[in-house]
Amino acid sequence: MTATTVLAQDVLAATSTGEAITFWVLGPLATIAAVMMVLSRNAVHAALFLAAVMLSLAGLYAAQDAPFLAAVQVIVYTGAILMLFLFVLMLVGVDSSDSLVETLRGQRVAAVVLGLGFAGLLIGAIGGAVLQDDGTVAAVGLEAANAEGNVVGIARLLFTDYLFAFEVTSAMLITAALGATVLSHKERTEAATLGQREMARRRFAGGNPIAPPGPGVFAGRNSTATPALLPDGSEAKTSVSSVLQSESYAPPTEGPSAVRGAVPPPNGDEPSGDHP
Amino acid sequence: MNESYYLILAALLFTIGCMGVLLRRNAILVFMSIELMLNSVNLTLVTFSRINGDLEGQVMAFFVMVVAAAEVVVGLAIIMSIFRSRRSASIDDVNLLKY
Repeated sequence: MTATTVLAQDVLAATSTGEAITFWVLGPLATIAAVMMVLSRNAVHAALFLAAVMLSLAGLYAAQDAPFLAAVQVIVYTGAILMLFLFVLMLVGVDSSDSLVETLRGQRVAAVVLGLGFAGLLIGAIGGAVLQDDGTVAAVGLEAANAEGNVVGIARLLFTDYLFAFEVTSAMLITAALGATVLSHKERTEAATLGQREMARRRFAGGNPIAPPGPGVFAGRNSTATPALLPDGSEAKTSVSSVLQSESYAPPTEGPSAVRGAVPPPNGDEPSGDHP
Repeated sequence: MNESYYLILAALLFTIGCMGVLLRRNAILVFMSIELMLNSVNLTLVTFSRINGDLEGQVMAFFVMVVAAAEVVVGLAIIMSIFRSRRSASIDDVNLLKY
């Protein structure tokens, strides 16, 4: 009886074989994925490697008696934060690759050397702080703390000792949501805020009160992005909506084809883009 | 193996994240490296929670996750507004305060 109890305690105190297998599968996976994340040229690949790191870490949390944090890790990090990253990546443009120009000479070499030194420093400091003389760790283990269940234990701490911090968290989240709204808010263009009277006044003050030509008039194609052609064969820039001209619109590569039989501008200089 | 292996893994991940911040130019990738560093610190907190037999480390890791979620939202909004005004997500282009 006592022998089996001692044996059971021995097994509980040390890390089990299953945990060792979990660690030696997920640990190298996380490390390799992290290195690949730093080295990959494509930003979407980097995001996927980061997802691999986070999922491996969730597995390691589960192996370390932290099932609640493992679930939160999967839901919050891989579920929400990484999707947000991919969202912004798609908005910014997937092909916004890094510039290969080194702004500071020797920065990469210095970064790698400093990084290796930093890793040695961290590992040495942690080893000195945690390891005992015989190379083992005097770990208490979470069996007593998790006696009621991991979630119950965390909730007991969160809603007693850390209640104020937990409440302040809600203020922080609201501030973050407000900040994101303010930062990503887009000012309306000036034209959209002008009234009809002001629009008419500006139009007659500009010296060209007639209606601008509609897009696609006498053009080679009927897309609204195709500028109209003036009688002399040149393009009327004002016929295309300013939205299409300003933002994220790339004109067709070959350009609008001229009307058959169109003559070049009579005096060769660029017309102003309006009806003469 | 013992618990210190987790700490060594966390130190390695933190270093890789540090080097990512130093080496990459794309602001979003720099941000991802910062997330990697936050994750490695979480692993350290969970491991120390187990070594000390106390759930406070896990509560700390939980708060780090909450703060990281809020930080990502604000940071990505900043990157978006910079991208909108400068048409670039490279951190080398944002040097107007330098001179």
